[in-house]
Amino acid sequence: MGEAVIEVSDLRKTYGTVHAVDGVSFDVRPGEFFGILGPNGAGKTTTLELIEGLRESDGGSVQLLGQRPWPRNQALLRRIGVQLQASSFFDRLTAREQIHTFAHLYGVPAAAGDAMLEQVGLTDKASTRTEKLSGGQLQRLSLACTLVHDPEVVFLDEPTAALDPQARRNLWDLLGTLNDSGRTVILTTHYMDEAEALCDRVAIMDRGQVLALDTPAALTRGLDAATQLSVVPGGLEPSDAAAIPGVEDCEYDGESLRLSTRQPARVLAALAERDALDGLQVRGASLEDVFLTLTGREYRA
Amino acid sequence: MKATLTPTLTLSLAMWRGFLREKMAIFFVLLFPLMFLVLFGGIFSDQGQSKGTLIEVGEVPMLAELSKPARTALEDAYEIEHSGDLAAALDQVQAGDVDGAVEQHGDEVVVHFSEADQVAAATLRGTISALVQGANVASTGEPPRYSLVSQQVEDESLQTIQYVTPGLLGWAIAMSATFGAAMTLVEWRRNKLLRRLRLAPISTGSLVSARILVSVGTALLQLVVFVGLATAAFGLKLTGAWPMAVPLLICGTLSFMAIGLLAGAVSKTSEGASGLANLVILPMAFLSGSFIPLDASPQWLQTVSRVLPLRYLNEGMLDVMVRGQGAAAALLPMLVLLGFALVIGVVATRLFRWEAD
Repeated sequence: MGEAVIEVSDLRKTYGTVHAVDGVSFDVRPGEFFGILGPNGAGKTTTLELIEGLRESDGGSVQLLGQRPWPRNQALLRRIGVQLQASSFFDRLTAREQIHTFAHLYGVPAAAGDAMLEQVGLTDKASTRTEKLSGGQLQRLSLACTLVHDPEVVFLDEPTAALDPQARRNLWDLLGTLNDSGRTVILTTHYMDEAEALCDRVAIMDRGQVLALDTPAALTRGLDAATQLSVVPGGLEPSDAAAIPGVEDCEYDGESLRLSTRQPARVLAALAERDALDGLQVRGASLEDVFLTLTGREYRA
Repeated sequence: MKATLTPTLTLSLAMWRGFLREKMAIFFVLLFPLMFLVLFGGIFSDQGQSKGTLIEVGEVPMLAELSKPARTALEDAYEIEHSGDLAAALDQVQAGDVDGAVEQHGDEVVVHFSEADQVAAATLRGTISALVQGANVASTGEPPRYSLVSQQVEDESLQTIQYVTPGLLGWAIAMSATFGAAMTLVEWRRNKLLRRLRLAPISTGSLVSARILVSVGTALLQLVVFVGLATAAFGLKLTGAWPMAVPLLICGTLSFMAIGLLAGAVSKTSEGASGLANLVILPMAFLSGSFIPLDASPQWLQTVSRVLPLRYLNEGMLDVMVRGQGAAAALLPMLVLLGFALVIGVVATRLFRWEAD
């Protein structure tokens, strides 16, 4: 695995009386897609800002590519790429002019910018001013500007916030390819499904602290959480379904029947016997369940 | 050929393009000040030519016996109406419809005037008095001993446009440099571009230099357009070491950029920053002689103006552009402007924040 790309140790940052980051420690390995997951105000963004060198920590240490990011370290900035929450662009420039500007700022040729536009699928929007682009297109352009100098480490802060579900899925396809070339990616998100879909490892944060850190699969595997089955009932009465051995909970909303169970194989077999598998959906434990188990609170983004 | 531009040039180009594409910015930087130039240069320049009106009540032999040149001079200055009704004529004088009424009883010439317009009254009395003196001299049959030749100390062609062009140009430069700096700072902080640039491997110096390049470029554009229009349309004549206007304007731009950075540093929104910049620049333009010549202003105002950078920009530009002064006349204003830039710049740097929160 080699030496860690990012080493965070007992990191602390306080605003007034609020402990925004309260003793956070983790390592990010080379080539890894690392996620920081948590609700708003959990301290994800502040943690990221401390690693990027935008803020000075009140305690603990950060090593980024073996160097200290604070105070502002220009040599280090050349090796990282940061995409911000807001789409920060120059006023009234076209997509091509924006990416050429960023290319020049990082000392790479304009042609690299054109190639990047192609890669994020914005070539046909190259002559459009950023004011006229959609939210999804802006995020793609923002990502292209982040990657134009081929950084070793990429920071993505809530890259799909404020996008509609379709645009989010489209962006996931693009984000999923980011670490193909061995690049390290660190992402913050408050979407559980996003972290599950993209990340190799996830740190779950709440109230400035890391509650758990592992692969999404390992995090959910350790849970004693129920599997959710849902079927279109057909001839199956909800009361009959509730009587199937192993079903702990049964809800019928008029369209589909939702069953909770810790013995999914047994319940599925019983449903198959009754020929009631129409529209079957199975959902195992998710990071939402992990959050619920860790904090005792329902996860709300 | 280099494959990439330097950070400073890259940022300048991005700002310049954004500026040229914003219609409101072009309006406030060029068209709005030019409207004032047309107003002052076009309308007020005719002020001196406007004729007064004089009523000749009954017969005034003194006027009838004037020499030809004296008669011409009188008719250049006044439209002469005739009336037999003194009371009606006096009503007209009192109402301000005419400048005065003249009547003659024997050898006594009587001029009726109103003090409501003191300048008009003084001019009328002076004119009639001169005519009476001339008639007296003529009646002696002797040639006059003294003759009067009057000459203006400035260029003989000096017109209103000569005064207003440098002052309005100073105001225009002050406005665009202040607003440019303030808006860039506030807007870039608001949309987090400032933060994005902080995460790029460029120095703060590159960022500031880029803004200076764009503001100086804007000021040069204003100079060319102003002087071009004033010359072509209103007969502006540049005298003296007028090329010194360029370094002067660069120093002025630095001063006003510093004011803009200060306004941007203490404002959270672009509305706040533009309000603050207006609050500073507009009164300063009045107090520094951009609209009204300082020479004609009361003493206290001239004293106040000495603490305002725009006064030095205006005076320096007047000296080298229309007062026929040499290059040395621009040096002191340039030094003072750089001093303002330095002091205000240091304060702005102290108050500067990268982030909105």
